Amino acid sequence: MNTMILRVAVQVLFPLLLVASLLSLFRGHNEPGGGFIGGLVAASAFILVTLSGGVEEGQRRLGFDPLKFIGAGLSMAFIAALIPVPFGHTFFEALWADFYIPIIGKPGTPVLFDLGVYLVVIGVVCKIVFSIANDD
Amino acid sequence: MLLRRMPVQWRTTLLAFVPLSLFAWFASRIPDVLEDVAHQEAYPWVNGLGFDFVFRLDGLALLFALLITGIGSLIVLYGGTYLKRHLGLPRFFTFLFIFMGAMLGVVLSDNIFALFVFWELTSLSSYLLIGYRHGHQPTRKAALQALLVTGTGGLALMAGLILATTAQGSPVISQWVPGGEALLSSPYLVPMMVLVLLGAFTKSAQWPFHFWLPNAMAAPTPVSAYLHSATMVKAGVYLLARLSPHFGALPGWKETLMGFGGITMLLGALWALLQTDLKKILAYTTISALGLLVMALGMGTPLAVQGAMVFLVAHACYKGALFMVAGNVDHGTGSRDVERLGRLFRAMPWTGTAAVLAAFSMAGFPLFLGFIGKELLFEATLHHPLAAALVTLALLATSVAFVSLAVLLGGKIFFWPRGRVAIKPHEAYPGMRVGPLLLAVIGLVTGIAPALTVQGLLGKAAEAVMPAAAGMELHLWHGFTPVLGLSLIATVAGIVLFRSAPRIRRGRGWALKAGRFGPEALYDGSWQGITTFSTRFSAFIQSGHLRYYIMTILVTLFVLVLVPIPYYMLFHPHHTFAGVDPYEWLLMLVVAAAVVATIAAPDRLMAIAILGVVGYGVAIFFAIYGGTDMAMTQFLVETLTLIVFVYVLWKLPNYVTFTTFWTRVRDIAIAITGGVVMTTIILLVTDYPLVSELKLYYAENSYLLAKGRNVVNVILVDFRALDTLGEITVLSIAGLGVLALAKLKLGKAPAKARPMVEPKARKQ
Repeated sequence: MNTMILRVAVQVLFPLLLVASLLSLFRGHNEPGGGFIGGLVAASAFILVTLSGGVEEGQRRLGFDPLKFIGAGLSMAFIAALIPVPFGHTFFEALWADFYIPIIGKPGTPVLFDLGVYLVVIGVVCKIVFSIANDD
Repeated sequence: MLLRRMPVQWRTTLLAFVPLSLFAWFASRIPDVLEDVAHQEAYPWVNGLGFDFVFRLDGLALLFALLITGIGSLIVLYGGTYLKRHLGLPRFFTFLFIFMGAMLGVVLSDNIFALFVFWELTSLSSYLLIGYRHGHQPTRKAALQALLVTGTGGLALMAGLILATTAQGSPVISQWVPGGEALLSSPYLVPMMVLVLLGAFTKSAQWPFHFWLPNAMAAPTPVSAYLHSATMVKAGVYLLARLSPHFGALPGWKETLMGFGGITMLLGALWALLQTDLKKILAYTTISALGLLVMALGMGTPLAVQGAMVFLVAHACYKGALFMVAGNVDHGTGSRDVERLGRLFRAMPWTGTAAVLAAFSMAGFPLFLGFIGKELLFEATLHHPLAAALVTLALLATSVAFVSLAVLLGGKIFFWPRGRVAIKPHEAYPGMRVGPLLLAVIGLVTGIAPALTVQGLLGKAAEAVMPAAAGMELHLWHGFTPVLGLSLIATVAGIVLFRSAPRIRRGRGWALKAGRFGPEALYDGSWQGITTFSTRFSAFIQSGHLRYYIMTILVTLFVLVLVPIPYYMLFHPHHTFAGVDPYEWLLMLVVAAAVVATIAAPDRLMAIAILGVVGYGVAIFFAIYGGTDMAMTQFLVETLTLIVFVYVLWKLPNYVTFTTFWTRVRDIAIAITGGVVMTTIILLVTDYPLVSELKLYYAENSYLLAKGRNVVNVILVDFRALDTLGEITVLSIAGLGVLALAKLKLGKAPAKARPMVEPKARKQ
């Protein structure tokens, strides 16, 4: 599958897909998108790289072991659920800040939770593809 | 770290200060309780359901709390020395402290649900403690047996307590109106009583659930001394005492307690006479004592309740001491066989002194607390309104057995000649002498001066069980009464019985044979039955072929869905294709054609690729009907699935048809059924109006409460975020599962598991 067309296409598509994934992650609260979809888009970017350059290349672009993504994402989602507790709110109650950050929007615990979902999805999909592709 | 450099015993001695300081705190509450100032604390938990931690300190709770923390301190001290060579000491103390906290929770909780949670925690921690030497198979079996028996009882108890709470209208026991009138009006009176009794009887090892207790002697001796004599097994007695102001007036309650308690008392004493192992003897006498306590609560007269409270404390002291003595003897001689032990006093003077004092209390000898308890109980049985002769005789028989066993435990093994043990006996370490000696001395001191020591608190405890039992007065000497005569008879007969005890023990073969038909056989039988059944059932279901798994799941689903369909079909028979747009027809045709092409595809890659067309078609349908998020997800998942398939497929061998004609017919039939079922369901669903309150709520509050306009995503990350958390956890585990599958190399034996380090082997 290591064709010239794919390799050139990946060079262009990889950054585009990552940007698209982040966009759909952060706009998910108001427009179609969200952590799950964003995570799938990002994962497909890394899988494209894996298809053209092999598992080592995909792993290198990802930076960390996918398992770390899974762990970080799960912890993030859980922490997002716990943050309100010390402030006298209930478990999983959504807390929102009062200011806007460009692109991301209003920061709040659901955003952190969605980011956790995003990381878990990337981690799981990449782990599955890497371990299957690597099994020679 | 300073702590690390200390010898192990010192560190564990420091640990004993935890329960000791608790003991001191509880002791400082005694004056309050004597003046009826109830100490109460409440912490909300699940407020809406009435699950709150409400703690209340009355006489009964305080008595138990003092026993738990007081004996607990001695056990921590003793256990630290007894097990100091074991690697698992931190584990032991973790479990022990979990147990101690849970036990305190049981006796202090006023809220029935909190009480139940702590009750279950005692069962769980007891399981871990019994199974401490988990490298030993019979130990694991005994631990599991204790857990299953008390756990089953716990389930029954939960149901019973819920029924009682519903009848009483409050989960807080102290808010119940005494007298049980609310309970009497419950339509579930009989199940409620049976369930509560099941819980208490299994926990307190009443016949026919007693068999787990002797087996639990597989636990290290400190555990047996703590859990299986002084505290946990008394939780059932505690519960019965706590509930008797409410349940006591119910028809059949007293009779049931007296019946089961009496049988347990007599059987326990009889079995104890037949044992030769020190710990087994102690276990069966504990069963007997628990039976006695239950019977006394069942008698329900003020005297009986007072007697039960005194005997409870006396028993906790002497039995705790004797268990630790047994541990010391085991430690110092390497044997627990009473036939082989003898003349140990010279080698073990401290342990021997403790044993003698404890045995005197057990025999109910004057000057000891056991004597006062026994006198009160005899007084109560003599004055029992209905069955005075019967209960007095039963108690007398038990007392005879107790005297005989006390002579054996405190006399024979320390003074009689004919010791035949393998190693030269030696005294236990100092840390192991304190506990038994102190407990035994407490039995003596409280016996000599009951009015100065335990009378007030025991009176308040009895009052909590039964208001009429208030104002307890304990005396060492009652004068020459019929009760004293009974004590005398018991002592003489007990000594006579002791003389013939070896002969009885030698002829115990018949009893062991009879035991094969006892309740334990029923337990073993059902255990065998369940495991055999599940082994065969799993072998049947788990064929190891993926296609059969999928087939089983699908066929089960279709059958379950098919059954109720005719019922719904009666109402809505009509469907038309009117209003379907041409492009929808087109899409439908594409999907249908792709399905046919998938089936007809010549190789796997082609089949998967065409199957992707079906998925994309469905995604377009989602998009047309406004499910943008669904459509995006479907597109992405479809694509990624295709890629994963591509990676897997090229590793598989060539596509060969090896199905027979009939297999295919079967598969076609299943597939067609599935299609028909799913279509029918969807048609049925569209028949119902798609408006629900939930949907309206989500739509209205998505932006107002959750500050998001995309309702789907708001549901995912806010309204039902806990579901999502669960889903991503499952997803992560699925990822790990794939990793494990990919790493699995079939045909290679797994690395041999290292055998667990066996803690110090014990010789019988």
